[in-house]
Amino acid sequence: MDLNFNAPHSMGTTIVGVTYNGGVVLGADSRTSTGVYVANRASDKITQLTDNVYVCRSGSAADSQIVSDYVRYFLHQHTIQLGQPATVKVAANLIRLLSYSNKNMLETGLIVGGWDKYVGGKIYSVPLGGTILEQPFAIGGSGSAYLYGFFDQAWKEGMTKDEAEKLVVKAVSLAIARDGASGGVVRTVIIDSEGVTRNFYPGETHPLWHEELEPTTSLLDILSAPEPMNT
Amino acid sequence: MSKSAIELPPKGGFSFDLCRRNAMLSTKGGVHPPSYRKTGTTIVGLVFKDGVILGADTRATEGPIVCDKNCEKIHYMAPNIYCCGAGTAADTEAVTDMVSSQLQLHRYATGRESRVVTALTLLKSHLFSYQGYVSAALVLGGVDITGPHLHTIYPHGSTDTLPFATMGSGSLAAMAIFESKYKEGLTREEGIQLVAEAICSGIFNDLGSGSNVDVCVITKGHKEYLRNYQLPNPRTYVSSRGYSFAKGQTEVLTTKIVPLKEKEEAAEVGDAMEE
Repeated sequence: MDLNFNAPHSMGTTIVGVTYNGGVVLGADSRTSTGVYVANRASDKITQLTDNVYVCRSGSAADSQIVSDYVRYFLHQHTIQLGQPATVKVAANLIRLLSYSNKNMLETGLIVGGWDKYVGGKIYSVPLGGTILEQPFAIGGSGSAYLYGFFDQAWKEGMTKDEAEKLVVKAVSLAIARDGASGGVVRTVIIDSEGVTRNFYPGETHPLWHEELEPTTSLLDILSAPEPMNT
Repeated sequence: MSKSAIELPPKGGFSFDLCRRNAMLSTKGGVHPPSYRKTGTTIVGLVFKDGVILGADTRATEGPIVCDKNCEKIHYMAPNIYCCGAGTAADTEAVTDMVSSQLQLHRYATGRESRVVTALTLLKSHLFSYQGYVSAALVLGGVDITGPHLHTIYPHGSTDTLPFATMGSGSLAAMAIFESKYKEGLTREEGIQLVAEAICSGIFNDLGSGSNVDVCVITKGHKEYLRNYQLPNPRTYVSSRGYSFAKGQTEVLTTKIVPLKEKEEAAEVGDAMEE
């Protein structure tokens, strides 16, 4: 069996971003893999860029980290020079600038989401080639293939914050159930005029989809059992 | 004049031309480059109650041959930061030495203790700029002003922040131990015990890992490098007579002496040395 440990670290991922009537909800799974090995089962793919702008990362872990590190640095400078928070559009445009001008070297797709006082909540997706798309909702990563039809059916204009977050958690858990490269927990970030809320949904809280079984021996049961540590 | 506009040299950065040529040669031409000394390795780290503990095995391999049975894989970065290395031995050594020197200069300039994120950023930006050709997989651990930190760094420059981490060819064996026994708030003794057990799991179940266990415990304002903390593979047989032999132990079957012929040459003396 070729485990291929030399494969670059990539995030076979499910990432989503959804706008609702007051802001945006970003969601992601937590699996990072090298070939067939799960290198990190609890990674955080929703990265902070500024106080009010976050980004969901997919593709090569190294590439997406470098791009978001640079953009965070540029936005920090920009915020100081401007004397006020950067807009989501500026953040998305900086990501596009790096993704497009280095398109031959990079292998990363990003979804930028945030809130600013001018236009409210906005989602921009910057896929592989380095184009920029302003969308009411965006999905990305390998798990997104399973979600296009679902979003066409389930996304509605003018949802509430709760409805939007429920939609995001449901979508990511559906993709985790069908996509082998996605897994672990669901993480969400909600951004609106009030600020930012982070939520975490462990595996055992996900709804059970078609043919899935009730967990009998959860890994958490084993971990919390006092017995193995005493031996 | 227009010719110079076409033949501009590359703007800067590392050129990957020869890397691509070598990759093409080894797939199409069947020309394989010589192998480097690689540390098929088990390295681990965990966060415990008061700090971090790093662990490593001590086997270095060159293909199928064990070329060093007691090497050091826990590298010094700063007085409060250490780093385990897996991958090509030369690369892990070079990259950790280089960054530790940068950290030292940074301490001279700022007069402050180094932070783990500084080491992390220096390492990842170096590895990223070499696009995975510097094959160093690292477990970085340390305690700074902001508390204990543990990170993993992959050859392509991606990083993770974790409460427990394993790397190298024995990472699966070691991770099995951590996943079943790690919990938050371990004591120092429990932590060392768990790290040693994870390394032993790599030593015994992974062909690339072996020999002894090295451990490094870092707490606030203090560190302890426990070189050869465990020796689970002692030499099983040592000859009581020793390994040097008295003269005449080997029977002489034939003797042949080839006389050395001396060749003399007279150098011509010119007029340079005349008095």
